[in-house]
Amino acid sequence: MALGANQGAGGFAAGTGSGVSLKSAGNLEIPENTIVTTLDSVVSYCRKYSLWPMPFATACCGIELMAVGASRFDLARFGAEVMRFSPRQCDLMIVAGRVAMKMMPVLQRIWLQMPEPKWSISMGACASTGGIFDTYAVVQGIDRFIPIDVYIPGCPPRPEQILRAILDLQAKIQKGGAIAGTGLPELFDREKELQAKRDLPAGFPLSTERGDEDRFGYRLPGGPGLLGSNETN
Amino acid sequence: MNQEQAVAGPHESTLKTLAKVFGDGVFSHATFRANLRFHVPASRIFEFLAVLKDQCGFSMLSELGATDYLGYPEWTRDRFEVHYVLRNLDTTEWVVVKVGVNDPDPTLPSVVPHWLGADWMEREVFDMYGIKFDGHPDLRRILMPEEFVAFPLRKDYPLRGRGERHNFPRLTRGES
Repeated sequence: MALGANQGAGGFAAGTGSGVSLKSAGNLEIPENTIVTTLDSVVSYCRKYSLWPMPFATACCGIELMAVGASRFDLARFGAEVMRFSPRQCDLMIVAGRVAMKMMPVLQRIWLQMPEPKWSISMGACASTGGIFDTYAVVQGIDRFIPIDVYIPGCPPRPEQILRAILDLQAKIQKGGAIAGTGLPELFDREKELQAKRDLPAGFPLSTERGDEDRFGYRLPGGPGLLGSNETN
Repeated sequence: MNQEQAVAGPHESTLKTLAKVFGDGVFSHATFRANLRFHVPASRIFEFLAVLKDQCGFSMLSELGATDYLGYPEWTRDRFEVHYVLRNLDTTEWVVVKVGVNDPDPTLPSVVPHWLGADWMEREVFDMYGIKFDGHPDLRRILMPEEFVAFPLRKDYPLRGRGERHNFPRLTRGES
């Protein structure tokens, strides 16, 4: 029994077999080499060090993602090296590259196929904002259509930035944890707001942070972004 | 034939054959560096290409594309121009055949009967410009999604589209 130190304090020593000594109500004495924590915290701890990424690599960002998985940068150091190419076996989606409007339904479907709990990283300028591809065919930021946890800037990002994003996501998972669900409290407000605006027709502003968008997704200096529409019969 | 051509200069026998078959007034031609270009009316394009393929040895359709000249400065010809780039694999000559089509309902005969490889190229021209090809075995969109309605490489189509890239359901974390 490892009670020696505690008993010296002169409190009430409970029983003999449990290995726990109680000093007084509400003041728990813990034996050495014992940690008291919550179940949520333990579950989050396990989750954050065993992320299984789903690489949704559509462009050159995917090459950097491969470098992160390889030995030089070694994503395995952070417990996230198990890249699976089936969404059913993954809990982290890394969208690396621009997403065309033809690809968006595929992306959404893959996101829906991933089991809970799941997280997502939007990697690079194109996935986050559309980047330089400001055309009819490229989605201007995938966060308009699927929830995103961490954004990585860069074109393409350095591998170190991806490692940083994994670390940030791990911190987020540890903070947020609940046994059931993703349980990210800082997202509740935003989720509620999105929910409220879901019935708006497509193309109209969906949240206050991007509230000055017009139908084409951009506020142009000269007024509403009806670029080219005056030339169309 | 090769030797004849070497003496007479490039394209000599091609032009001779075409003049013999079509006579004056059907096509016009111009040269740029080593390339020969023809302008042919849409009504004669099918047989013109047939003659080039069967009698002049241009057996390979190297490229098939289109251009929209809407708003082009000082442009007086038809709005769309479809071009066929042909190659003679024996003499390594190139020719470019251009044919104009206009609104509304621009239509050309399909050249899939001549070159099977024209299949996807004509589908791409249809997808991007809305030019129809009569006699094409399977004229569907090839790049844009099936439900897309516009023809995005037309000059009167806005660069940022008409809201197609925003037209998706939004998934929130609560429901996914």
